[in-house]
Amino acid sequence: MTVAVFFGCTFIAFGPAVALFVFTIARDPLRVIFLIAGAFFWLVSLLLSSLVWFITVQISNKNSATQQTGLLIFGVVLSVLLQETFRYGYYRLLKKANEGLLALSQEDTMPISIRQLAYVSGLGFGFMSGAFSVVNILSDSLGPGTVGIHGDSQHYFISSAFMTLAIILLHMFWGVVFFESCERQRWWALGAVVLSHLVVSCVTFVNPHYQGSLIPTYIILSVMAAWAYLCAGGSLRNLKLCLTCKDKDFLLANHRPR
Amino acid sequence: MADHVEHAVNNVSVDGTEGSRHTETSPGRTEVELNGQPPTARPPLVLTDTEEDEDEELTLKYGAKHVIMLFIPVTLCMVVVVATIKSVSFYTQKDGQQLIYTPFREDTETVGQRALNSMLNAAIMISVIVVMTLVLVVLYKYRCYKVIQGWLFFSNLLLLFFFSFIYLGEVFKTYNVAMDYLTLALIIWNFGVVGMICIHWKGPLRLQQAYLIMISALMALVFIKYLPEWTAWLILAAISVYDLLAVLCPKGPLRILVETAQERNEPIFPALIYSSTMVWLFNMADSAETRNNSSHPVPEQENQVAVAPMAQPDDDGGFTPAWVDQQQHQLGPMQSTEDSRREIQELPSARPPPEEDEEERGVKLGLGDFIFYSMLVGKASATASGDWNTTLACFVAILIGLCLTLLLLAIFKKALPALPISITFGLVFYFATDNLVRPFMDQLAVHQFYI
Repeated sequence: MTVAVFFGCTFIAFGPAVALFVFTIARDPLRVIFLIAGAFFWLVSLLLSSLVWFITVQISNKNSATQQTGLLIFGVVLSVLLQETFRYGYYRLLKKANEGLLALSQEDTMPISIRQLAYVSGLGFGFMSGAFSVVNILSDSLGPGTVGIHGDSQHYFISSAFMTLAIILLHMFWGVVFFESCERQRWWALGAVVLSHLVVSCVTFVNPHYQGSLIPTYIILSVMAAWAYLCAGGSLRNLKLCLTCKDKDFLLANHRPR
Repeated sequence: MADHVEHAVNNVSVDGTEGSRHTETSPGRTEVELNGQPPTARPPLVLTDTEEDEDEELTLKYGAKHVIMLFIPVTLCMVVVVATIKSVSFYTQKDGQQLIYTPFREDTETVGQRALNSMLNAAIMISVIVVMTLVLVVLYKYRCYKVIQGWLFFSNLLLLFFFSFIYLGEVFKTYNVAMDYLTLALIIWNFGVVGMICIHWKGPLRLQQAYLIMISALMALVFIKYLPEWTAWLILAAISVYDLLAVLCPKGPLRILVETAQERNEPIFPALIYSSTMVWLFNMADSAETRNNSSHPVPEQENQVAVAPMAQPDDDGGFTPAWVDQQQHQLGPMQSTEDSRREIQELPSARPPPEEDEEERGVKLGLGDFIFYSMLVGKASATASGDWNTTLACFVAILIGLCLTLLLLAIFKKALPALPISITFGLVFYFATDNLVRPFMDQLAVHQFYI
């Protein structure tokens, strides 16, 4: 509960995402707009799922703790499904907008490709999801208090930060794989994305046993990272070229000597 | 009172790129018209199909750029307001004082009485705004520029000196900074005078934009402090309806204002509009005379300089190397001096007054829009129990509303009200997030479930 905890957790949770934003998105206005639109779509999906949850809570027995927990679990599952539905809706909207633009202009290239849109929209979803999960916790960490004074876990803040980091990056990878599978009509891949989202959310039900939730989440994160990398056109060969600074196309584009 | 004028008129609208766009989107072609070359040197402006479609794509890119050029100042203004609300407790304390425009109190016994009082307050406030707007439009129509200038001058004086003095005082109190009156007087004097110069006369573009953002933030903070709860929300709703009517109805005052300004080919008072690019003619009272005065060096210089005022370093303002080569090829290499330019400008020509390039014209947003956006987000952060979630939700909602408004602007190409869509989204998301999302997220945070 110090400034150090606040800054540490903020940087853990948002560091990679903000770095991605600054280096790849901030310079292109079109991408920034689609990022914010993605965040908006996530927000609307959250709103709808909260509405449904709120209604079910109002008509339920408020005194029964198990019922309330059950309703919360139902709310989580519903929210995940709605998020993925809105991701699909965003995909359809972007396709329509892109098609319209392509029909208008005679050029072959669109100002922004569907893959870039997948990345940007995934990151938009991730930013909003991460912000809503963790910002209140972070602002509480600035104030006075003792963590876990009633016997709860002492690692509340740092585990929240790591979980948020995983969620943000996962949303980005899910976005890439989702759009790619919609483009190629690979419905099993779509189902896999939705399923992995459900698994990640359901795995958090075992909190505060963080080894049970964080470890599977990070395993799924690495799997999705590899899958998204392959979907985006990467391969082992590309990776090797990139790491040994021998990728001629990249060097040419950035005017660097070999 | 004077500040009401300001925000009354400030709902002018998002005034974007009117006029013909197809001839102006391709930078190379427009520059030919702008510099002091005789008309015969121009290559024929034939608009083919491919150029039209290129225009669409360029339009999309430039449109996105304009949207970001507005996102950044709106975000900055909101950040200033939210930061102040969260740190300086003065602006969230209810001292019991209210503005004279909202005489009815809200600390009544029954809910019905409270609702009635707040509706009356909102009605009074909106009618004050309507009256002020009408007075302003009448003054503008009958060319009483001096009166308007004096009015705006006085209200900016009030904001830049008095309100910023109070703000600074409260900030010092919050952080327990010891300050003597002499230093304070020096700071406020410098801040105020530089602000008046930047806003009402000439100044660096970024400084002018910064001052406009600061006075909008100050105004929003005043509203957050002195408007009671329900009154504030009702005023926000009512003012977006009023904005819609005033700008879109044929007899709406703001529409008349914008159309009159366009007829006379004058910019609308720089002190009321945030412009993302340099305003060419700074002093409106002289504009009618200096328009035909060819020795006015400022527009020429701006046109001759190859860099747009707000350009990024790699933006050559449309003077692409290809175009420069073409010019040099056609006319021979030439160096233009002050005298040669003036000579050529004095040549009689039937050219219309220099039209600004779409890229350089940028987009304008009224200061009233800044004020009300920031007021909404500030109130969300001050009073919502959902705290940061509500603030974030309102912020994203307002930005998306602004984006949609600019999209409509690109489609309809005339002045549009910037308040309705954003404020509607903002209000919907405020109440929805505060009442529905907050309990859900709180429960999730308690159990540490993640969605």
